[in-house]
Amino acid sequence: MADASMIEMRGVGKWFGRFQVLKDIDLAVAQGEKIVLCGPSGSGKSTLVRLVNGLEPYQSGKVTVDGIELKNDAKAIEAVRGEVGMVFQSFNLFPHLTALENLTLAPVWVRHMPKKDAEALALQLLERVRIAEQAHKYPAQLSGGQQQRVAIARALAMRPKIMLFDEPTSALDPEMIKEVLDVMVELAAEGMTMVVVTHEMGFARTVADRVVFMDQGEIVESAPPKTFFEAPRTERARLFLSQILGH
Amino acid sequence: MKWLRENLFGSWPSALATLAILWLAWMLVPPLVQWALVDAVWSAPDSRPCRAAGAGACWALIAEKHRFILFGTYPYEQHWRPGLGILVLFALYVASAMRRFWRARLALAWLGGLALIGWLMWGGVAGLSYVENERWGGLMLTLLLATFGIAFAFPISILLALGRRSRLPVVRALSVLWIELVRGVPLISLLFMASVMLPLFLPEGVSIDKLLRALIAMIVFAAAYLAEVVRGGLQAIPHGQEEAADALGLPYWRKTLFVILPQALRIAIPPLVNTFIAFFKDTSLVVIIGLFDLLTSIKVALGEPAWSGFGVEAYIFASLVYFAFCFAMSRYSQNLERDLERSRTHVLREN
Repeated sequence: MADASMIEMRGVGKWFGRFQVLKDIDLAVAQGEKIVLCGPSGSGKSTLVRLVNGLEPYQSGKVTVDGIELKNDAKAIEAVRGEVGMVFQSFNLFPHLTALENLTLAPVWVRHMPKKDAEALALQLLERVRIAEQAHKYPAQLSGGQQQRVAIARALAMRPKIMLFDEPTSALDPEMIKEVLDVMVELAAEGMTMVVVTHEMGFARTVADRVVFMDQGEIVESAPPKTFFEAPRTERARLFLSQILGH
Repeated sequence: MKWLRENLFGSWPSALATLAILWLAWMLVPPLVQWALVDAVWSAPDSRPCRAAGAGACWALIAEKHRFILFGTYPYEQHWRPGLGILVLFALYVASAMRRFWRARLALAWLGGLALIGWLMWGGVAGLSYVENERWGGLMLTLLLATFGIAFAFPISILLALGRRSRLPVVRALSVLWIELVRGVPLISLLFMASVMLPLFLPEGVSIDKLLRALIAMIVFAAAYLAEVVRGGLQAIPHGQEEAADALGLPYWRKTLFVILPQALRIAIPPLVNTFIAFFKDTSLVVIIGLFDLLTSIKVALGEPAWSGFGVEAYIFASLVYFAFCFAMSRYSQNLERDLERSRTHVLREN
């Protein structure tokens, strides 16, 4: 079973100065598993996903991604980043490049893929997120939902084994949330290993294999969505759920 | 009529201002035209016609001395060489200004062009007689200083700006040292140091010529200023851009080259061009170490007793030449900005 773990965290601790943001985190994500991370703001959930591809360093414990131990050496981090795609809350598309160029940049310059092949792959991925007709537009000419779909396609262009989503719909107008979630649901159906920080509980219910609830830097609960939503074990989770579902 | 009433005589103060300006124009413009165009002496073998009663501007001075103003003390019969050199430089400027030529081959064209200019100016091989660079001068020298200066200072400044943000303490310290030390002294003192002190530090027998020393001083100076401009651009890039590039696995230099710099330099176009323009004019400071740039050539031309006293015309001409180049740079940068505008807008709702 240990071999099947795509992500494994053992006793991970992280501090911002003297403030401990992650406390003794143990988490294993199996291949193909979909995890939804939730919790109040400041609970450390974003920090946790950012740790998986080395955007944040950690101070204690051990993080292994697809068998590669993430330490502070650039080689390991680079190797892991090749396996892990990430989607940000604020899209972070490159504004000086067209949608297509956003997708081809990394395959060409990291994977050394010939430009023609990279473009073919990019078009295919843009097709998949249903935005191929916008391939030659610049990010500023696209709506938020379209930008986020381009950002998902950009991450997929590196053929990752794991996809991380850090609040992918939080910056979107309500009417655009669905088009992004639809793409994510499809991705999940194709068997991608996914770690998603989100407050979209509908998405968590339908897609997640497990909901991981965090508070104050700790994993408080980890359970299948049905169990988590219907019978949370802790008072903290109950309070959180009542706050986000109770209106 | 309506426009006049609304914009020029809309209220008592504005009407008064309009009248005052009209009166000033009436007082100044006709005499100026009379002097600069109508009564002007356009060509004369010497200054006598200019000194006649009622003569206007003495443009004959420019006509007579234009070769000296353009090429300084370069051997007269060889003037076609710097002349051709200026044409090559202009061709390079124009090609570089066109975005469709922005390919790797442009850099090769510059290398080739500059080598060609070097051969034309120095000579000494392939049938051209040798001309030592002590004799280079005039507009050609100004253009060479400015072009070489910017061509070297700009890439160095990018490295300095990146160095100043580097996580490596030594790199950061050296960059900060360069920038702060150089910005803390006037260009004049750097030029003096380069021409007077630098030779003292060099080992016996090694000497770098005066022009090169001046050029190095100017590059060192301009790089420090440009570095801060570039850094300003770098700081305007949202952190998310860097993170996105990191997450895609782009290593530092590729990230910098393809993601960060294109955006940072675009933001920095106005202050960059500002600094380029200032630098172009600063080249005239080489006079203090005895190089004959455009301005100095004009001054020397005026020094001849035959033409003394026509400083106004000479300096108007110098101003026009400087203005033409600076205005061209300024207009070009505005066009470039407009061109790049479509993708300039930042990502929607950045947080």
